[in-house]
Amino acid sequence: MRGISKRFPGVIALDNVSLDVGRGEVLALCGENGAGKSTLMKILGGVYQPDGGELLLEGQPVKIHNVTDAMKSGVAFIHQELNVLDNLDVAANVFLGREPKNAFGLIDNRKIHADTAPLLQRLGLEVSSRTRLDRLSIAHQQMVEIAKALSLHSRLIIMDEPTSSLTLTETDCLLDLVVSLRRQGVSVVYISHRLGEVNRIADRVVVLRDGKNAGELSRSEITHDRIVNLMVGREIKSSYTGSTAAKTPGFFKVRNARSSRYPASTVEFDASRGEILGFAGLVGAGRSEIVKAIVGLDAAGGAEVSIGEDRVAIHSPADAIRHGIYLVPEDRRGEGLVTGMTVRENTTLPSLKKYSTLHLIRRDRERKVTDEQIASLKIKTPGGEALVVNLSGGNQQKVVLGKWLSMAPKVMILDEPTRGIDVGAKAEIYRLMRELADRGGVILMISSDMEEVLNVSDRVAVMHEGKISGILERPDCNEENVMNLAVGKTLAAAKPAVKV
Amino acid sequence: MKKELGISVLLFLLCAVTAILNPKFLSAVNLFNTANLIGLYGVFSLGLGLVIITGGIDLSVGSLCALTGVLLAMALTEWHWAWPLAAAMVLGISALLGLAHGLLITRGKLQPFIVTLCGLLIYRGLARFIAGDGTKGFSGAEGIEPLRHLASGKFLGMPMPFVILLVLAVVMWFVLHRSIYGRYLLAVGRNEQAARFSGINTPLVVASAYVIAALLTGVSGILIAFYTNSVGPSNHGNFYELYGIAAAVLGGCSLRGGEGSVVGIVIGTALLLVLQNLVNLLGIPSSLNFAVMGAVVLFGVLADQILKNRAARKITRPS
Repeated sequence: MRGISKRFPGVIALDNVSLDVGRGEVLALCGENGAGKSTLMKILGGVYQPDGGELLLEGQPVKIHNVTDAMKSGVAFIHQELNVLDNLDVAANVFLGREPKNAFGLIDNRKIHADTAPLLQRLGLEVSSRTRLDRLSIAHQQMVEIAKALSLHSRLIIMDEPTSSLTLTETDCLLDLVVSLRRQGVSVVYISHRLGEVNRIADRVVVLRDGKNAGELSRSEITHDRIVNLMVGREIKSSYTGSTAAKTPGFFKVRNARSSRYPASTVEFDASRGEILGFAGLVGAGRSEIVKAIVGLDAAGGAEVSIGEDRVAIHSPADAIRHGIYLVPEDRRGEGLVTGMTVRENTTLPSLKKYSTLHLIRRDRERKVTDEQIASLKIKTPGGEALVVNLSGGNQQKVVLGKWLSMAPKVMILDEPTRGIDVGAKAEIYRLMRELADRGGVILMISSDMEEVLNVSDRVAVMHEGKISGILERPDCNEENVMNLAVGKTLAAAKPAVKV
Repeated sequence: MKKELGISVLLFLLCAVTAILNPKFLSAVNLFNTANLIGLYGVFSLGLGLVIITGGIDLSVGSLCALTGVLLAMALTEWHWAWPLAAAMVLGISALLGLAHGLLITRGKLQPFIVTLCGLLIYRGLARFIAGDGTKGFSGAEGIEPLRHLASGKFLGMPMPFVILLVLAVVMWFVLHRSIYGRYLLAVGRNEQAARFSGINTPLVVASAYVIAALLTGVSGILIAFYTNSVGPSNHGNFYELYGIAAAVLGGCSLRGGEGSVVGIVIGTALLLVLQNLVNLLGIPSSLNFAVMGAVVLFGVLADQILKNRAARKITRPS
């Protein structure tokens, strides 16, 4: 790709960007959200047309007018959100849109299954081509997409944040797969915020910043700090700083927490005022399920919860909110926000009674609290009346945080608070969490990002298959310990969940 | 607000065109009759709009009108109930049926389309059975003058149903656009999950919308029974739910939920009825009535979607 430019109304998304990928090369494409990674890849994938510049394939200029052209040129795009039909089986998905027909003009099922099986084998995916997609894990569904790419004889596969919803072991599998694709001569463009993964598999890193090439690093130059430096163009402290705030151990107690996912297991833990308690573990360890049970979102589950000396009964999110226990859910757009509503309407949704007289909403009061949150959280929005759907991911998350921060949280539970958020906004969200803790809040943070868990938490609770396998005090918080607990090993360093 | 403005302009143009082509449109009698009809249809359309805003639908409106009409007529003429009692019975039954819809949808997790489709069939059948499939009127009923006046009298020269619609619209405007409950309705319609995560009792919000809708249908059931003055249970109220849906959609409600306004619904109703009036006044064969209405609704939503697409293209930015 040479000198690619792309303008959208009001913004220049790409300004003279160049990118080349060698055969069998794994190229990592990094940059903050809004840096232009996705736009660049959408041009390569035929979704957008560039305003300037050209695409060359093996030295020859090519025009990619649409997605079909891209497929024909051997470019496949694995999106962050999977594009599979989970009511169809594996083979039907692989051949979707180009089903071979038999003599009667119907789908030649024998052929599609026969052709799919070797692809699955090549990827090391041990499922039948007749399995319906809704019976597969996300990781396996993603592999089906890769199988589809291979069946199209793709020579270049673009993967956009492919590991964002995978467990640690699934991530390992995917990274191994990328390496094996490289060996088979397939080129991969790998977009990821997870620099550990980039470090592990990339032959080269290209960094975009504000729609321009910010620099590139060859294999031997790749380090975490250098990538981050190129991305943000400034130093960001990336280590645990801790806090001097007074802690009140045992302020928030959870006993007999049980989720419908793991009905046979119970979880118990204490969290102090003033601390950030990290929850690490493999995806699927039941972390999100447990916090949902705690705030009353799991009808079949539940927990005994006490704050300070008081037992609080929680049967619904409304009960949890009444006691100052707030959840920032993992699925921001689906559960955290009503994206079709304004920043103001989202900010005041759980606390409308505070801003109304006789059940009639006072908009002046709503505006006041919304403006306060926009200012104190530095939310980038044209104003309180902007629709949330038009904000970037990081700013959307700040709206969720602002909604709860305006209600004096006692316990704030954050589930993957920085997923899909750029580095700068991440740092601000960590700062907000720390400030809240220092003001005497209890913070529980579920995260699948090891760096985040280790850099932010004062203690780390590690879960494995529905149970807490151990809690690590700060000096014992390291990757090895967390990983060992996450896979279910016991550790001498780990404390039991509740001090007896 | 833009949307309301758009259909207001459309309504105005339609009125202007009709008035120019046939000055009779502006005659006192014609305006009175049209306003009367807008009142009759507007009341249940408001309720239906509310349900549509939650992302649901109510197909039982017409049949419920028939059932309430039959019950009202029989209570007054055959069972000799006092009119306040008869009216209260009709409204109470409406509210209970609305509650049943709401509970089946929220507790039973059935789809609104199915629940209210069954309502459509059941209430029509019950109305015909209770009335012995005969037409029921109000002749012979005594002491019902106050109710008749409320339902079909005049107030300041305006037809009573139109006045009732205006009053209810003002109340509903506050409910939908200014009250906590209204904000919850819009939030639940847009994203029920997020509303639940914000501590909103979403089943209660949804179920209550069906109760309000059925109650308003009950009110318009009384008004319509006095307007027609006789209730033939097999066709009284036929297609009313479709008028209501068309009015709400013309007025800017989205069947996906979360969108809609009281002003829009009222103007949407007015637009539909002026359109019918136009068909009559301009000598267009009345057999084309539905076709004209369908074409206008289609045109309205198509224009809206085109504008929306254009706006969406303007704000789309790459991530």
